[in-house]
Amino acid sequence: MSEAVKKVVEITPEEEARVLEWTKSKEYLEKNLAREATVINPAHGCQPVGAQLAAHGFEGSLPFVHGSQGCASYYRSTLNRHFREPAPAVSDAMTEDGAVFGGQNNLFEGLENAYKLYSPKIMPIFTSCMPEIIGDDLTAFIKNARLKGHIPEDFPLPYANTPSFNGTHIHGYDAMLKAILEDLTAGKRVEGACTGKLNLIAGFDACTGNYREYKRLLDAMEVPHTLLADISETFDSPLDGEYQYYPGGTPLAEAAESINGKATISVQKYATASTMKFINQEYGGKHEVLPMPIGVQATDAFLLKVSQLFGKPVPESIKAERGRVVDAMTDAHQYLHNKKFAIFGDPDQLLALAGFLLEMGAKPYHVLCSRASKKFDKEMKALLESSPYGKGCHVWTNKDLWHLRSILLDDPVDMMLGDTHGKFAARETGTPLIRIGFPIIDRVNVHRYPIIGYQGALNLLTWTANKFLDIKDDTCEDQWFEMMR
Amino acid sequence: MYQPGDKNNKVKPEVEGLSKEKAAKLIEETLELYPAKAKKKRAPHLAPNDPEDKGCAVRSNKKTLPGVMSARGCAYAGAKGVVWGPIRDMVHISHGPVGCGWYSWGTRRNLTTGVPGVSSFSGMQFTSDFQEKDIVYGGDKKLETICREVKELFPLAKGISVLSECPVGLIGDDINATAKKMAGELEVPVVPCNCEGFRGVSQSLGHHISNDTIRDHIIGTREFDEEPGPYDIALIGDYNIGGDIWSAVKVLEEIGLNVKAQWTGDGQIEHIAATHKVKLNLIHCYRSMNYMCKVMEEKYGIPWLEFNFFGPTKIKESLRAIAERFDDKIKENVERVIAKYDPIMQAILDEYRPRLEGKKVMIFVGGLRPRHTIGAYEDLGMVCVGSGYEFAHSDDYDRTYPEMPKGSLVFDDASEKEMEVFAEAIKPDLVASGIKEKYVFQKMGLPFRQMHSWDYSGPYHGYDGFAIFARDIDMAINSPTWKLVKSPF
Repeated sequence: MSEAVKKVVEITPEEEARVLEWTKSKEYLEKNLAREATVINPAHGCQPVGAQLAAHGFEGSLPFVHGSQGCASYYRSTLNRHFREPAPAVSDAMTEDGAVFGGQNNLFEGLENAYKLYSPKIMPIFTSCMPEIIGDDLTAFIKNARLKGHIPEDFPLPYANTPSFNGTHIHGYDAMLKAILEDLTAGKRVEGACTGKLNLIAGFDACTGNYREYKRLLDAMEVPHTLLADISETFDSPLDGEYQYYPGGTPLAEAAESINGKATISVQKYATASTMKFINQEYGGKHEVLPMPIGVQATDAFLLKVSQLFGKPVPESIKAERGRVVDAMTDAHQYLHNKKFAIFGDPDQLLALAGFLLEMGAKPYHVLCSRASKKFDKEMKALLESSPYGKGCHVWTNKDLWHLRSILLDDPVDMMLGDTHGKFAARETGTPLIRIGFPIIDRVNVHRYPIIGYQGALNLLTWTANKFLDIKDDTCEDQWFEMMR
Repeated sequence: MYQPGDKNNKVKPEVEGLSKEKAAKLIEETLELYPAKAKKKRAPHLAPNDPEDKGCAVRSNKKTLPGVMSARGCAYAGAKGVVWGPIRDMVHISHGPVGCGWYSWGTRRNLTTGVPGVSSFSGMQFTSDFQEKDIVYGGDKKLETICREVKELFPLAKGISVLSECPVGLIGDDINATAKKMAGELEVPVVPCNCEGFRGVSQSLGHHISNDTIRDHIIGTREFDEEPGPYDIALIGDYNIGGDIWSAVKVLEEIGLNVKAQWTGDGQIEHIAATHKVKLNLIHCYRSMNYMCKVMEEKYGIPWLEFNFFGPTKIKESLRAIAERFDDKIKENVERVIAKYDPIMQAILDEYRPRLEGKKVMIFVGGLRPRHTIGAYEDLGMVCVGSGYEFAHSDDYDRTYPEMPKGSLVFDDASEKEMEVFAEAIKPDLVASGIKEKYVFQKMGLPFRQMHSWDYSGPYHGYDGFAIFARDIDMAINSPTWKLVKSPF
């Protein structure tokens, strides 16, 4: 060696403190916001995990990843951690030879093994990066698999292209759901026939409580319904000593019949765009895309639409529920009024949460979506402008949670709503975080409590208001510590 | 110690209710569930244990069967999640689409000290978040920009690792050239790691590739400021899951050794770069870092030793074996430390052993745990009825057979189906496996501990760790909640 080997240099505590202070400065905020290429602490996953969530929502469904084994492990463990439930899925384990020769043989062998070993009723197939880049032709592969007898001729194998370098988990959800519905409903449309049912599409929603709440509301309305991609049982099955691979899910026959439904409602516009395009083209009945029913007004809109479509009045029991939550909201409004919130997550959920905050008189002060379109930006801004509490609020699209840290240090809020990944920014800025969205991997049972409908509004209100009260009790000086709050 | 053929390893006799014949029959029945071709491929990976019998060895490190639920990860997972990610003072870039980094973010519990975002970056997730245009035009230019942005926003970062995801290799990006250029420009190490997930059959290749990059880019590039001492050692292959490395270092320092570098849990890159100046490398996870121990032995003459701090029996054995490599001072220290902790350990055993005596555990994890933890269960009076690895090689299994009773099950890259059938037949009192398996067995009403991450507990290693391990195992098996599984109606 020509030059002397350098010595180990330790970072001094002084340097650490100096740089920490600098990262909290205005100068740092500007540098951070000027970042062009690095994404730090993103609030979005890739398409396939969304595809897998959709695939789990059907009866007897074994999600099948065409691609590397490691990808499947990542999607599965992410779902395991969030729901604390099994997430059975397989991959066809493509490796270097797959990269060179294509993944057809992996698919053949994979279908055969999975079919025999795990006895599914349907295997929705979706891709990870590798086959997307090498250009595997799944249509041809699946056709060949049937021709060569690797899988029965009539076994449903819907497939979706879900490249991870495009869109986020919500787009994977959309692509897979569309593919499943296309496959199951093929040839089932009967002109003039009508099941009399409502098809409800929840969108990328990892809250099992929400699915149960949709069904409960529709039951109360006496509206016959099919919840498409219903994960309420799949990811919240009873513990009784028997392991079932496929608890719950939308029955396949019912999903097939959905094409002759009386109406179809999606409550997530951005997460079901291509599915709803397909439904508009192929399905009978009326089709509506509504905002996610978070908060009173959005729930009102949802129930009114259902009532209108089915000619059923909203029953007294639900009216009473509404009255109770409005009572709760007026009782508690003082704890949320004018409070500033930072919210982050997926577009549909952000619009809905912002709506709830505005109707509480709270401010969705920083709204951050780490991958969003101009259309979302415009829609969110319009929503904020519609209310005096939206004045001065900020929309941050294509920004990440490291940006959010800087933003909150510069212009703080009272509370954050978002998934577990926000806990770093929350801690560093001293902001309480209420966990909403996906994934929630550091708190138990949150996904079991609905945030939609009147019950959901009550939950959101209870969590946020009581958190403020807890903080007050924990931090106030003795002379301000009171029995009543 | 896990030296193959070690005379200290007595063959463990058959346990009541387990026998080679019974295990063989169970394996045969399980294989019947597969299609013919798959059955043929899986058969060599399953065997009843018999350390005396050469034929008991299972085949390992082969491709996972397509369409079979496997617990394995990928090369990227091995590189980012295991080897590079825990080095706290570097920025690790998940280079490619957003998912891989997002899923591996914070999920392996590699705890670190330091100030987050200032001098410690392991808890953060950096990605180039490839979009379609990056696939079409390549991501090398973007990578340059990222390196510059990282240097500007994180001036105390001691280096950058570039961990390539599948697309990077497939589109033919040259991250090696980019890294070289940026290392020169930014004057910090920028290490390219070609660990695309499709390479190899499991995360194991990711460990190897990462070790090679440490060899090529890091080792020998620094020296400690202070003069080398006779008791300088490095701790290799401990990733500080739930604080394990802190607990292990505490014991090693108590016996008078200086832990100069930690690989890589709570590790610092310049310390790692100066490891070639230590007197002994102590290796915890053989699978992920034996490559580097061998390199340092060949190139710098540093001996290495495997050790195991799970449970008092193995701690005692390991401490004495470590002392053999040093002088009388260390030997005396070791006896003093053992004498100090013996009564503390005995108190733990007195408390928990009566509640756990004879309970059966089935283990299926990665790295070193399928063999290293067996002694700790045995300290608690438990028996290992089956053990297997997600991504081991044959040298791991050679080290495992002597640790297991005769007639227990050995399974390599077990599918979820195999594990279920084994559990139903053997009815273990505890399954010790990973997150993907956890809820499957819990739904079956079987107590479970997630042993990749200590189920959000820990440490389990070292004397401090055993107290927590014993408490957790008792809690898992004897929780009253399991009695509620069968409803009265």
